[in-house]
Amino acid sequence: MRMETTATISVSALAQQFLVGLSRTTILFIVSSGLSLMLGVLRIPNIAHGSLYMIGAFLTYTIATAIGGGWGFALALGLAPLGVAMVGFVLERGLLCRLYDREHLMLLLFTFSFTLVLNDLVKLIWGSDFRSLTAPVLLQGAFDMMGLPFPRYNLFLLALGPLVALGLWVLTNRTRIGKIARAAALDRDMVDAVGINVSWVFAAVFVIGCFLAGLGGALVAPTQNITQGMDHTIIMEAFLIVIIGGLGNIWGALLGAAIFGLTDAMGILLWPQFAIVFPYIAVVVVLVFRPKGLLKSTW
Amino acid sequence: MNRKTLITLIVVGIAFCLVPQVLPRFYVYMLSLILVLGTLATSLNLVLGFGGMYQFHHAVFYGIGAYAFALVGARTTLSPWIGYVAAPLVAAALGLVMGLITVRLSKLYFGMLQISLGSLVWAIVFRWYDFTGGDDGLHGIDIPEPIASTSGAYYFTLAVAGVCLVLMYLIVNSPFGRIFQGIRDNPDRTEAVGVNVRRHQLVGLVLAAAFAGVAGSLFATVEGSAFPQLLFWSLSLELIIMCLLGGWFMFLGPLLGAAIMVALRTFVGIYTEYWTLVLGIVMMLLIFFLPEGVLGFLHKRFAGKAAQER
Amino acid sequence: MLVVEDLHKSFDGFMAVNGAFLTVDKGQVVAVIGPNGAGKTTLFNLITGQLAPDQGTIRFKDQPIQGLVPHRICRMGISRSFQVVNIFARLTVFENVQVAVLSHRKKAFSLFTPARRLLREETLAILDSVGLADKAQRTSGTLSHGDQKVLEMAIALGNRPELLILDEPTAGMSPEETAVTLKLMQHLSGQMGLTILFCEHDMGMVFAVAQKIMVMQAGKTIAQGTPEQVRGNLLVQEAYLGGADQCFR
Repeated sequence: MRMETTATISVSALAQQFLVGLSRTTILFIVSSGLSLMLGVLRIPNIAHGSLYMIGAFLTYTIATAIGGGWGFALALGLAPLGVAMVGFVLERGLLCRLYDREHLMLLLFTFSFTLVLNDLVKLIWGSDFRSLTAPVLLQGAFDMMGLPFPRYNLFLLALGPLVALGLWVLTNRTRIGKIARAAALDRDMVDAVGINVSWVFAAVFVIGCFLAGLGGALVAPTQNITQGMDHTIIMEAFLIVIIGGLGNIWGALLGAAIFGLTDAMGILLWPQFAIVFPYIAVVVVLVFRPKGLLKSTW
Repeated sequence: MNRKTLITLIVVGIAFCLVPQVLPRFYVYMLSLILVLGTLATSLNLVLGFGGMYQFHHAVFYGIGAYAFALVGARTTLSPWIGYVAAPLVAAALGLVMGLITVRLSKLYFGMLQISLGSLVWAIVFRWYDFTGGDDGLHGIDIPEPIASTSGAYYFTLAVAGVCLVLMYLIVNSPFGRIFQGIRDNPDRTEAVGVNVRRHQLVGLVLAAAFAGVAGSLFATVEGSAFPQLLFWSLSLELIIMCLLGGWFMFLGPLLGAAIMVALRTFVGIYTEYWTLVLGIVMMLLIFFLPEGVLGFLHKRFAGKAAQER
Repeated sequence: MLVVEDLHKSFDGFMAVNGAFLTVDKGQVVAVIGPNGAGKTTLFNLITGQLAPDQGTIRFKDQPIQGLVPHRICRMGISRSFQVVNIFARLTVFENVQVAVLSHRKKAFSLFTPARRLLREETLAILDSVGLADKAQRTSGTLSHGDQKVLEMAIALGNRPELLILDEPTAGMSPEETAVTLKLMQHLSGQMGLTILFCEHDMGMVFAVAQKIMVMQAGKTIAQGTPEQVRGNLLVQEAYLGGADQCFR
């Protein structure tokens, strides 16, 4: 075990790694925000969120390679999340909505059984081999930044992140459905009593959450191998991010994702062998001092 | 304990002892696994079902126990038998450290901090290639001669698991266990009758971790290896499922749950490689229709009948 | 035995207790009365440690106890029952009281002795004294409300307290059950020498058993003394719907 000496790390390397970390933050944020929505409004700890993310990645691969080229990827970016959202819709209306009054632990285990089923379905449809997707030409390659290469795709992610955050903010704060969802998060029965069909609001929130999972999967597809185990890693990361951000708080998810992404990037720079340990340590530190998360939760 | 239960237990005990004489090796191996996981699930239920604690990452103590045992054989010159003592001690020590950090929180926040600590431990084990074998794990572990065979490992597991189950049963029915159940049902009231709830929970957690560590060493004996998946969060979830499946208010519930899971996995796995799918569907059905778990459901049916007859 | 001086407690700006005074001597039966929201339960929570005061002192047998944790205060000899029934619903009646007895006899960490028979006589004796002995094996969640309130008291007795604090012991009880509880309290005070502090809305009961009454209004102690003194106190009469001798049947 040897730590890479930090003396030789230049400012530009630091800055570059910082930006790489931030672009990873985008994907983490998109996935975590969906989870946070579901936790905040529906009070569902949706373990299957990771599997939906994985399905999003596999769907993107299929659509992008089938159509090919830049258009293929763009289309996949739109269609894959929609596909995942549809899967979520079926799951919610068919099964989940009957269990809303059960204990959280039961819901958690129920969504875990989704994970098992979805996992095997992916194996059935796409087989056990991993897939590789190359980014469209427009987003390939890197350009020079302070003497070090910075991948174009990461820039794309960096730009996309704030857009999604803004979109979510508008959705939850400026649209009618967003306001109802937030009210339902605080007092389900009151919203029901006022005559609003809470059931459809819940379905909508769930579907949007699934869409976000799919979008995350779609965006990550060109950056890493699309494998069977993707869901296991992302769900743990997403849960920890949501926990340190504050349950149900979208900005908290952003903050948590930033902490996660940046500590991960720093870890790669400082101690590559144990890079993954850094975010976990950060999470533990946050929770020891703020067990309820950094920002206000809706619980 | 009434006579009927005692006789049933003796018969079951004898049946378990005869297994290697009558069944092929495959079944002996499977039963060994059931005993290991059953002990592990029961140790989880000590704090989960009887203590009401949201123990979301119990598998860490199991995995650490397995690694402790394996590392004694692989990295030291001590006899492997020492590993069986090291496993519960190391697991208990980890339980103490994690417990000191987490026990001051309650319920969900306790569980979440435990998940993050547990994931941290997993990450370290996963990446520390030189010491723990990294994602490969440790294989070909040094197992003492008499228990290296499948039947030998089985008998050893049966004996140790049996002792552990008896000890855990005594603990659950002891004053400590009674008060622990009081904490589950009403922590404020228990505090008001003079119990230091946090200390009680810490002790309970350490005990559960120790038994989990023993189970880990048993697994390493049966399997001959230790690997990072033993510390992964999905195993922790599966353990909770075993407890719920069998019925978490009954002492033998988790053991039954473990048996169901292992049997399901093994037998369905023979027919199709998609046994995870089947398991998922079975789980969904059970959660839908049998929220009290299998044993809980049966108990209600027959306890209800017995009450009517009185 | 118990001296409360100038206690203050606020929640987010709302002054729940705003100057409470109370003295309880050994062997006395003292009642705290006041309209709803006067701060009686908050006062009790401050005494038994569920809450810590912002200001003021509580002394029990000359030791300061304000701000201590509930289990330490219990070990010092104060035991309480709760206003909203706070029992161990899944355990039997016997087991409910046994938990308190086990804790009192410091058996909390006894790991390998079966609990079934431990301290059986002592637990049954307590159940007997409150009249629940015949229901010992029933799951406590299935008892009637009145019986559950009695069980509340029984659990508190399991700690063999020197000072027993009862938070509205007859709330929701029928007149018969109230009479039984009244007799029980008189027995505990008279024959067993227990010091009792309680709060109540049932004035008939208060005047039948209390040797001293403290009146609270809006978090303040507005009167403290013998029943006759309190009955004649003008401030108290104003607090209870202005000159309402009707309240003091």
